[in-house]
Amino acid sequence: MTTMTYAAAIREALAEELERDDEVFLLGEDIGESGGVFGVTKGLFERFGPDRVLDTPISEEALVGAGVGASLLGGRPVVEIMFSDFAALAMDMIANQAAKTHYMTGGRLTVPLTLRLVTGTAGATAAQHSQSLEAWFAHVPGLKCVAPSTPADAKGLLKSAIRDPDPVCFFEHKLLYNSKGDVDDPVEPLPFGRSRVPREGSDVTVVAYLKTVDEALAAADLLEPEGVSLEVLDPRTLVPFDRAALRASLEKTGRLVVAHEAPSRGGFGAEIAAIAAEECWEFLQGPIVRVCGANTPMPYAPELENAVIPDAARIADAARSLIETRVA
Amino acid sequence: MTGSHPATEAFLDLYRSLVRIRRFEERASELRLAGFIPGFLHPSIGQEAVAVGACAALGPGDVITSTHRGHGHMLARGADPRRMYAELFARQHGYNRAKGGSLHMIDTELGFLGANGIVGGGIPLATGAALQLKRSRSQAVAVSFFGDGATNEGAFHESLNLASLWSLPVVYVCENNLYGEFTRQDKHQTVKDVAVRADSYAMPGVVVDGNDVLAVRRAMEEAATRARSGQGPTLLEAKTYRHRGHYEGDMGAYRPHDEVSEWLARDPIALFGRRLIEEHGVTQDELELVASEVERELDEAASFAESSPHPLPEEALEDVYQDPYDGAALR
Repeated sequence: MTTMTYAAAIREALAEELERDDEVFLLGEDIGESGGVFGVTKGLFERFGPDRVLDTPISEEALVGAGVGASLLGGRPVVEIMFSDFAALAMDMIANQAAKTHYMTGGRLTVPLTLRLVTGTAGATAAQHSQSLEAWFAHVPGLKCVAPSTPADAKGLLKSAIRDPDPVCFFEHKLLYNSKGDVDDPVEPLPFGRSRVPREGSDVTVVAYLKTVDEALAAADLLEPEGVSLEVLDPRTLVPFDRAALRASLEKTGRLVVAHEAPSRGGFGAEIAAIAAEECWEFLQGPIVRVCGANTPMPYAPELENAVIPDAARIADAARSLIETRVA
Repeated sequence: MTGSHPATEAFLDLYRSLVRIRRFEERASELRLAGFIPGFLHPSIGQEAVAVGACAALGPGDVITSTHRGHGHMLARGADPRRMYAELFARQHGYNRAKGGSLHMIDTELGFLGANGIVGGGIPLATGAALQLKRSRSQAVAVSFFGDGATNEGAFHESLNLASLWSLPVVYVCENNLYGEFTRQDKHQTVKDVAVRADSYAMPGVVVDGNDVLAVRRAMEEAATRARSGQGPTLLEAKTYRHRGHYEGDMGAYRPHDEVSEWLARDPIALFGRRLIEEHGVTQDELELVASEVERELDEAASFAESSPHPLPEEALEDVYQDPYDGAALR
């Protein structure tokens, strides 16, 4: 067991996969000699060389397209999108090409591509460098979506993503990069579709992922002295989503709060709420409450940013309101 | 044809390939009207010499990305017309098991990485394929076909920049048929020759008569040799013309009459046939024999397609993922 940061865990997963399989290579802007704007790929260029760690021009469509094209011939590219907002520049390659190739070709071609999408706010990064766009990708059949909240999950899930035969969107939250956690040594690839319960509780289930898991855990701490017991469920992967775990948790608590940083409207939380409503309704003792980003672009000012993003206090408020709700 | 000189045989093979594409698409148009083909068709009739000339310069292991007008490239690469018609008919024995249709057809064994429904969409893919060929130290090249319209897409410019920067083994073949969908070239770009855009990316830009199959082959051989020897990409512009509209059903009314007749008079198949007779001692009978053999092949292909079963409704949920996690990724 080693304590390391989320960024280091991602770096180790990349290094171990580069070591394991010659077909794995990295593509991205400034990921090589300079080690990436967040330092995630630091040292990999020196260790694996320019044939495995490729700096690209600022050219998102070409670099994702290069990844897709290489994967059609057996490569296992891992493409970094420096800010997930920039994926908008590569959306044809992601949504029309990578996602659909396996299907359109009747299963004859595969695109084993991993897209690392650097996501969420980093503090005053404003509207074009802060978005949480996972719902865009989760909506497109053919893509898998991974959203780890801890170093251990990041490492295990990135290994699985790289080995997965399908295109995988791997979301990394900027504000998690320096967070620390214990990571097994060695780490086995973590299968997709298996959630984690970082905190067990009996009154309210909070489903959260990425950075919002920390907020949910903090909300649980806030509520504990009040005698309210929160269960925090981190799905870890959005596609596939662990329905069984959601059901098991709701059977216990009967109350659901869904929390994420992305705007609530059409966010992945809406999908989670729909799953609960469709498949777990018999357990529900009250309405499903979403505690999500406001339906605004991300503002610049820190106090405005704080007003838009859900925090522990808002999650706790939502849980209290549910406890107070009495169903006739 | 027995006793023909091997060089003559090779010419007749090119001729056969041209005729096969022409007739495949003419018959597809009829089959569509007869109700056998449910989807889009974008015929390349008139442009056959680009596909045949370019593919004649390629070898095994080379890979191709194509366009919405891709039947010709695929046939020229050696694809099986039976499975192509079966795909157009949306039947199980189609190349894509009835999941793709005309716009997405592939033949992985031939390195045909697919037609593409997105204008310019295949260009970054070929660039990436070339990256993988280079990474694996293969001698093969990637070829990307696209039209003049695609050269206004960011995908074109970004890809040429990347391929040039990394000296990738790729040949970009612009089939300039003078129209991007319904819009004439002079109304969608200010350059006359797309090939000049190569200058921006420090690669050769070559203009070739796209209705001359041998000229296309020669230009492609040079570009492919350059790519194979590590000297990087080439932008090859083949000037040609589609005889029909953008898709079956488009009458092409936006095109001046005299322009159409001028190009019809330069039909690539008629030109090549005449040349074979005048310069290579081929007889009219030999050309007619090729045409009738192609007809028989396509008769058989159409019957094959017609007898292929329709897909079952449950197949709709297959092939979304190679690993659907026991169906969890589909819910």
